[in-house]
Amino acid sequence: MHWPIDLIVLTFVIFCAIAAISVKDLLGTAILFGAYSFVMCLLWAVMGAVDVAFTEASVGAGVSTVFFVAAVFRTSRRTKD
Amino acid sequence: MKFLGFIVVCLTGTLLLYGTGEFPDWGDPDSPASIHLSNYYIEKAVEETQVPNLVTAVLADYRGFDTMFETAVVFCAGLACFLLLRDFREKKERFYRHTPTRVILHVKDSKKVLKTGKEFEHMDKDWVPSDLIIRTVCRILIPFIQIYALYVVAHGDFSPGGGFQGGVIFGSSLILLAISYDLKTLVRRIKEKVLGIYAALGVLIYVGIGAICMAMGGNFLDYSKLVPIVPGDPHHIRALGMLGVEIGVGIAVTAAMVIIYINIVSEGKHDEGL
Repeated sequence: MHWPIDLIVLTFVIFCAIAAISVKDLLGTAILFGAYSFVMCLLWAVMGAVDVAFTEASVGAGVSTVFFVAAVFRTSRRTKD
Repeated sequence: MKFLGFIVVCLTGTLLLYGTGEFPDWGDPDSPASIHLSNYYIEKAVEETQVPNLVTAVLADYRGFDTMFETAVVFCAGLACFLLLRDFREKKERFYRHTPTRVILHVKDSKKVLKTGKEFEHMDKDWVPSDLIIRTVCRILIPFIQIYALYVVAHGDFSPGGGFQGGVIFGSSLILLAISYDLKTLVRRIKEKVLGIYAALGVLIYVGIGAICMAMGGNFLDYSKLVPIVPGDPHHIRALGMLGVEIGVGIAVTAAMVIIYINIVSEGKHDEGL
């Protein structure tokens, strides 16, 4: 019964990745990137790599999102292209 | 140009997908990764190290040298952020609020520093500190996050987690303090010098444990040589060595995360920011 979860999560990962590079608002991109990391963390957990999932959740979805938001706060919120 | 980029991305993607066809199946017992070292780790790690979590045993003991340089990389990231962004010039403009009358003062001369306290409170130019509910919730939440971070570091031998994750969680609790109050609160509580010393101290603990092992006549990071100087059950010596190393990693990562955050968000001024 693993494959449907796998497939749903994988679809969501790709969806988040495409959304993150196509959104013009950089703050939105930061949030989407956090969502991407979190879904990726679910994928690791499904595959049984709990340590990697934990790292992904704390570093990818936690701190790096904050760093991105901080960087957006100090630069500009809109992309040029 | 955009079209060209799209074609390049598509080509690279196709090549990568083509490359994955050669990969062994997921969980394949005959894959090269599972036939050489994995068997040894799975059969012997618990017996040799008394650590139930194999991932921690591999990361902190069998491949301790690797993890040491990962810690050094995190330390270097903090150092690079400091060197690139830190700006020691004083900020000229400041805003204060006169607490009894709620009048906002705009001080343009940097030499005139008003004493903040009962009468005046400091205000950020671009970030208005958030309201009472957020402050209260974060104040209640932060100690629990920190306790959990310490638990993750201390319990890394038995459950998922370890120095990196625990350090990151501890660092984010401090960042949460800066976001829910203001940056000044965090900077006042943890001085910049202390953060730098902690980041270096974490790496030093790791390297120091390795060096002590060498001084006791073993290889670098061979924890089993620590038996004469560490009290307790000699069978658990490698687990204790790993714990010491993880504590070092945790301290270094915590300090590095906070250094990176403060430098990015205040443009290196350590004064005002998110």
